[in-house]
Amino acid sequence: MCSGSLKALMAACAMGALLGACQREERDQRPSPVASETREQVALTTNSAGPSPPEIRVSGKGAKYEASAYDQSQGKKYYAWFNCNGCHSNGGGGSGPPLMDDRWIYGGSIENIVQTIREGRPNGMPSFRGKIPDEQIWQIAAYVRSMSGNTSSDSAPQRNDSMHPHPSESRTPPSPPVNGGTVAPSPSR
Amino acid sequence: MVALSLPSVLTGCERWPDALDPKAPEAHDIAWLIWTFTGLLGAIWLAVVIAMLIAIRGGRRVAPPAAGATPLDALALHPAGERSRTVIVGVLGGLTALTVLVLTGLSYATQRSLFAPRQEGLSILVTGKQWWWELQYEDADPSRIVETANEIHVPVNVPVTLKLEASDVIHSLWVPRLMGKEDLIPGRQNVKRVFVTQPGVYRGQCAEFCGQQHAHMGLLIVAEPMADFERWRDRQRAEAASPSSDEQQAGHDAFLKRSCVMCHQIRGTDAGGRSGPDLTHVGSRMTLAAGTLPLTRGSLAAWIVDPHGVKPGVDMPLTKLEPDELNAIAAYLESLK
Ligand code: HEC
Ligand code: HEC
Ligand SMILES: [Cu+2]
Repeated sequence: MCSGSLKALMAACAMGALLGACQREERDQRPSPVASETREQVALTTNSAGPSPPEIRVSGKGAKYEASAYDQSQGKKYYAWFNCNGCHSNGGGGSGPPLMDDRWIYGGSIENIVQTIREGRPNGMPSFRGKIPDEQIWQIAAYVRSMSGNTSSDSAPQRNDSMHPHPSESRTPPSPPVNGGTVAPSPSR
Repeated sequence: MVALSLPSVLTGCERWPDALDPKAPEAHDIAWLIWTFTGLLGAIWLAVVIAMLIAIRGGRRVAPPAAGATPLDALALHPAGERSRTVIVGVLGGLTALTVLVLTGLSYATQRSLFAPRQEGLSILVTGKQWWWELQYEDADPSRIVETANEIHVPVNVPVTLKLEASDVIHSLWVPRLMGKEDLIPGRQNVKRVFVTQPGVYRGQCAEFCGQQHAHMGLLIVAEPMADFERWRDRQRAEAASPSSDEQQAGHDAFLKRSCVMCHQIRGTDAGGRSGPDLTHVGSRMTLAAGTLPLTRGSLAAWIVDPHGVKPGVDMPLTKLEPDELNAIAAYLESLK
């Protein structure tokens, strides 16, 4: 009797683990052949002229990428393939700003980062519009978020294909984005 | 019966990667080894079966136990019979040991000649990627280095050294009519020699499961006379042909404007991406996407418009193109002979 319910419990746990694992790796076997850009309306600052905060309208697509281990590991690959590390190094920054810290000049939400990659930014960040398909921009942005521990640790990349310059993204403690960090440093720093 | 008829069925196959039709000395050596093993061990097996049949059907009859004998009497020793049986078993044991020794020796000798380090002739660096083959023809003279993908041209009767590497997961190169399998392992270099004696096109395949499109990771080895090979090599060394029609020009421009430049190189243009196959002479290849489709203008267009329809999960993303760009790009790539 007791062992029966124990078995049932174990089966339920195994099932749960299996199903959870499925979702973590879920991918589009065959993405829609009419990929088009999402429209994201994001704000770079919380300041606004007038009483109401700036209007933000996002597609909500980001949550899917931030929960998917597959998308983030693809993003990690493209980050190197498209030479982001030429300017940002492995997140620590070089001629471009660090991406693994909590300071975000142009906002640290996934939509902000998608916009940064797609449109470029004035002080030397090139625009990748048309050069990187939209799906891949989202994957890279999710990976950039994982560098500062802002995606869940069970979906963030857990190992590197080559040498490890730093602990894996899944072990990075979360550092919630502080917007406009380098523009107006907070007094605590 | 099934086992005996299998080889003839397999040789009857018209599909080209045929392990029973060796066309290179190495493949001959392996085939010879297999046939020797099969022949010798088959003969022994047959002898044993026949001996057993004889024993079962016409063997010595055991006399019914004499009255008053205990069951133990049946097991009593008969010195003469016992001695001749010891001799028979001893001889058979010796023969078995001899067979094992001879076969081990043969196998060892063949292995030794297969894996003997020899660095000579042409040397090609083959890098396995998910799910295609990157090729670099090495040469002391940098201007003679050739980069291409998925189609290895080799001259006949010249030893060729393949240096095998991988950049993501383990792959394995197998060209059944030319050579046995050899793994491509990230972080190390394996060396494999091929020596093709007969001109022809030989199909190869990745033989180590490497992910979703493992089955679509094929390649061709094209063996041709030295003069033809040199001509091919000179053509491949050259920069890409410049567009010769308006449509090709439009395709050239669209290619450079779109994502394609991020991953593909076309020497002689601004496209310098290195993570996908070199397309400088893509139009000269026989197949597209690692042996998945025959290379035609139609299949080029099908591939570009929806790579995941052809190879689901492939590392080439879908790029949104304007309607008039697709045909132009396909025409341009086809013209890159
Ligand atoms: C040519 C060098 C260069 C390359 C290549 C480059 N970046 Fe940048 N990036 C910069 C610079 C410089 C900035 C700062 C721009 C500014 O302050 O206006 C920047 C800013 C950013 C930011 C905003 C950081 C913040 O604090 O808001 C992100 C995110 C970013 N880059 C991601 C990427 C990604 C992802 C790639 C690869 C697809 C990439 N970059 C490639 C130079 C580069
Ligand atoms: C993210 C990188 C990437 C981008 C962007 C990309 N490709 Fe590819 N491409 C690949 C990879 C990787 C392969 C090899 C796929 C395979 O066979 O598994 C490939 C294969 C090909 C092939 C077949 C080559 C051969 O030797 O069989 C062609 C043709 C091609 N791509 C054309 C294009 C065109 C045209 C574009 C732009 C619309 C493009 N690619 C954009 C990565 C890319
Ligand atoms: Cu494989």
